Amino acid sequence: MSNIIYFDNAATSWPKPKETLEAMERYFCDIGASPGRSGHRLAIEAGREVLATREALAEIFGTGDPLRIVFAKNATEALNIAIFGLLKPGDHAITSSMEHNSVMRPLRAMENRGLELSVIPCSLNGELSPDDVVAAIKANTRAIILTHASNVTGAIMPIAEIGKIARDHEVLFCVDAAQTAGVLPIQVKEMFIDLLAFTGHKALCGPQGTGGLYIREGLENIIRPIQRGGTGSKSEFEAQPDFIPDKYESGTPNTIGLYGLGAGVRSVLDRGVEHIRNKEIGLAQHFINGIKAMPEVVHYRCGDISKQIAVVSFNIKGMSPSDLTLILDETYGIMCRSGLHCAPSAHRTIQTFPTGTVRFSFGYYNTVDEVNFSLEAISKIISSK
Amino acid sequence: MSEVKRYQVVLFYSVSHTLRAEKLLKKEKIPIKVIPIPRHISSNCGVCIRFLEEHREQIEKALEGRVDFDSIHSFNPR
Ligand SMILES: Cc1ncc(COP(=O)(O)O)c(C=O)c1O
Repeated sequence: MSNIIYFDNAATSWPKPKETLEAMERYFCDIGASPGRSGHRLAIEAGREVLATREALAEIFGTGDPLRIVFAKNATEALNIAIFGLLKPGDHAITSSMEHNSVMRPLRAMENRGLELSVIPCSLNGELSPDDVVAAIKANTRAIILTHASNVTGAIMPIAEIGKIARDHEVLFCVDAAQTAGVLPIQVKEMFIDLLAFTGHKALCGPQGTGGLYIREGLENIIRPIQRGGTGSKSEFEAQPDFIPDKYESGTPNTIGLYGLGAGVRSVLDRGVEHIRNKEIGLAQHFINGIKAMPEVVHYRCGDISKQIAVVSFNIKGMSPSDLTLILDETYGIMCRSGLHCAPSAHRTIQTFPTGTVRFSFGYYNTVDEVNFSLEAISKIISSK
Repeated sequence: MSEVKRYQVVLFYSVSHTLRAEKLLKKEKIPIKVIPIPRHISSNCGVCIRFLEEHREQIEKALEGRVDFDSIHSFNPR
């Protein structure tokens, strides 16, 4: 076993498939040009590859038209486009108490500008009741914004059910798929998802600085861009283009990153989301079984294993999360994350605020041996406490 | 004397649209070429798709409902 064990895949996945790096290297060495601008062959080739990345994403999310995928630098930027672009003072929006700050902070900022916001409390396990969502819908409800799975407990939200509720009440449905794109099946049409924010650097196996937003047909007419500038299109006009994706994609894109993202998504498609999910959740289950046998460990569980992703939050009684992660890193070479995970509301919900938890998040490249080693490490730490 | 080939070009809203169309048309095996938009047709920066006049109908049909295009112009390189 190498001396590093990486259990921080919910922050960013690592390692990446070799195809990701190869694609980026190909761009760096052989292409180099800016897509969508000049008309020479290298620029056109770069444009083709950026389109191929949109096509891979359209396939994995079932969006149909690949031009409905708008690139952004991460899920956070995509969520900012969705929230600031769509909502207006006087609108009402609904979200859950399990959200990451990338949803919560833009919504709170909009609340200061006159948005009415309902944050639906989730159970101690982080579960959201669809009935509570229905009860919160009002005449001025514009959107439901919901994470697909919690980055703190791993709890999966009932996305398809909430999507149906949103569609039945003619409310727009925006999903934060930062934790799930690439590990859970997502089909925007079947799940009635109008806006899907994703990040490239987690389970989609791309590099950091990539992500985007799927925008359902027609919504580009009501969602304002948050930035304006050069797009390579309609250059004779000083007004921002009104068509997708250019309306939301000003400035030279992260072309090298998008080469990597395309290769990453294709590697996910080749392996199969189902297969990746089974492998990761198997590791999580094995780890959970291990810590269950340790009375000194408190596991913040989310009910059934089928209702979570491979993210596990826990603490050792009488030890702070940051002390534990420091020992795990320094003595055992285990990389993980402690604290609030950018989701204070979720920690309030599971009653771990403000101390937080230690979070292990497993990825495709982790092994059972690594999980066993980490279980031994935790039990040694407990006995030497 | 060989007959002069008569070309037309189709312009799209953006390079993304153009390259999407390129892919669809190539799949239909229609001979086309992505070229920079000729100055005398539009001052827009970017690229368009050049094709032989006789393929116009085939191209319009292939793009219908799949990629919106801006306009079609006749184009003959001098
Ligand atoms: C649930 C959730 N939403 C949003 C994000 C934001 O993703 P990014 O940092 O790539 O913008 C993260 C991770 O950081 C997350 O876990």
